[in-house]
Amino acid sequence: MLADFFEYEFLRHTFLTGLLIGVIAPLLGTFIVVRRLSLLADALSHVTLAGIAFGLFLDKKFAVGITPLYGGMAFSVVGSILIEKLRGVYQAYQEIAIPIILSGGVGLSLIFISLADGFNTELFNYLFGSVSAVSKQDFLSIAGIAIFIVLIITLFYKELVTLSFDEEHATVSGIHAKRIHLLFIVLTALVIAASIRIVGVLLVSALMTLPVAASMRLARGFKQMMFLSIVFGELAVIIGLISGYYLSIPPGGTIVMVSIAILLLSIVLKRLTWKPRKVREA
Amino acid sequence: MESPVVRFKDVSYAYEQKNVLTKINFSIPKGSFMGLIGPNGGGKTTLIKLLLGLINPDEGSIDLLDQPRDKFKEWNKIGFVSQKANSFNKGFPATVFEVVSMGLTAKVGYLKFLTKAHKEKILSTIDQVGMLDYAYQNIGNLSGGQQQRVFIARSLVNNPELLILDEPTVGVDYENVQRFYELLNRLNTDYGITLLLVTHDTGTMTEHATDIACINTRLHFHGKPEEYNNLTDRDLSKLYGHPVNLVTHDH
Repeated sequence: MLADFFEYEFLRHTFLTGLLIGVIAPLLGTFIVVRRLSLLADALSHVTLAGIAFGLFLDKKFAVGITPLYGGMAFSVVGSILIEKLRGVYQAYQEIAIPIILSGGVGLSLIFISLADGFNTELFNYLFGSVSAVSKQDFLSIAGIAIFIVLIITLFYKELVTLSFDEEHATVSGIHAKRIHLLFIVLTALVIAASIRIVGVLLVSALMTLPVAASMRLARGFKQMMFLSIVFGELAVIIGLISGYYLSIPPGGTIVMVSIAILLLSIVLKRLTWKPRKVREA
Repeated sequence: MESPVVRFKDVSYAYEQKNVLTKINFSIPKGSFMGLIGPNGGGKTTLIKLLLGLINPDEGSIDLLDQPRDKFKEWNKIGFVSQKANSFNKGFPATVFEVVSMGLTAKVGYLKFLTKAHKEKILSTIDQVGMLDYAYQNIGNLSGGQQQRVFIARSLVNNPELLILDEPTVGVDYENVQRFYELLNRLNTDYGITLLLVTHDTGTMTEHATDIACINTRLHFHGKPEEYNNLTDRDLSKLYGHPVNLVTHDH
């Protein structure tokens, strides 16, 4: 069943890239979910689309070749910084930054798409993901991003967890909350740009949040939740990519449906194993 | 006499032109267990924020461990257990061990990892507050009183000289409040940690504290619990600016 994935080079690149984003998307997603920022990923993915559309527009009109991955990444990172700035402006209504950036991203995308004379298949692939769109160049870039992200998360793990759990305590104890938060949001932007090739703009946030939602039901402790969501993420990517390829369905759809199946299973499993017990007082 | 852990000199603070604190002069002696009481809106929380460097005084100066607050760097020597510790995100999947380890994050520093010695210290601190049996339980599954102990351990793990607790017993039932105070007394006498406890539960406070400070924009009383108990209702009404009913505990 896996034979095609080893035989054809483009499929191999897709498969390996899928394995990489199966790690980094739930890894960042763990922090996104516990900080209640699940919609952040959606906002950033739409900004990424604007960057990709901009790249396609330049390519079509002026034959200036910007790799769409890099265009998307640049827009996504700028968008993430803008969200942080907006959250500072609207301190009492921080969530308003998300619809502002999301609609801005969609608006810009539409403008660039129509300037580039409309939709094409390539754009369709960016919206829903594709098994055949990953070039060797893309794979190498995404591998670089993945290594960078895992390295940064490892180095700043304790600060990120401390800040996510209790921002006030973290600040009082002398952690630079603002800088760590900016670092975190830029990493999120990079993960989204890297994942879009395979899962697509519309569904990238699902790969960041659904495996986490499932592992949250079962894990004991933060680290365990993180590893379990990576396991779920990988399962979803592997099953989703293979079934998507054989059924000729964009992998975004199959990966998300596998994630939802895992989520439902974890809820059922928790129900079956959960016994009501009285919490003893200390 | 040893120098105090905290010293406020003529500190004033106003918020939107309203004086919250006016000319506050007070110090916390080393090794004491100070209860900070006063009516809601009297400036207790503002005083803590000033102490922790979250806001700056309009006038006056604050010394922490003999250093001006603005130059003070040893924040890990000052532990803080917030009122909000009661209302944290209960769904956050962190074990007691993980929560206590977060207390060390700033001390260990950027780009460094917890060592074996740190891990042993975390476990011994969890033991110190009597929660060792729960070290690998998710914090969300514990009772309010147990969670509060974990938050104290998160501060204790740094060996603080001063531990500040802001209304820590809100939402904890009477029996567990007593056990909680026993723990605080033990930390104060056995480990020599100076305690500053903010509360409006004056009854329990006067039983356990070594010093009482009463604040309502101005510092109205600063002395021993016995002296505070000897104040008449008339004195207290003056303190609070309106008649009060003393909160008493007849158990």
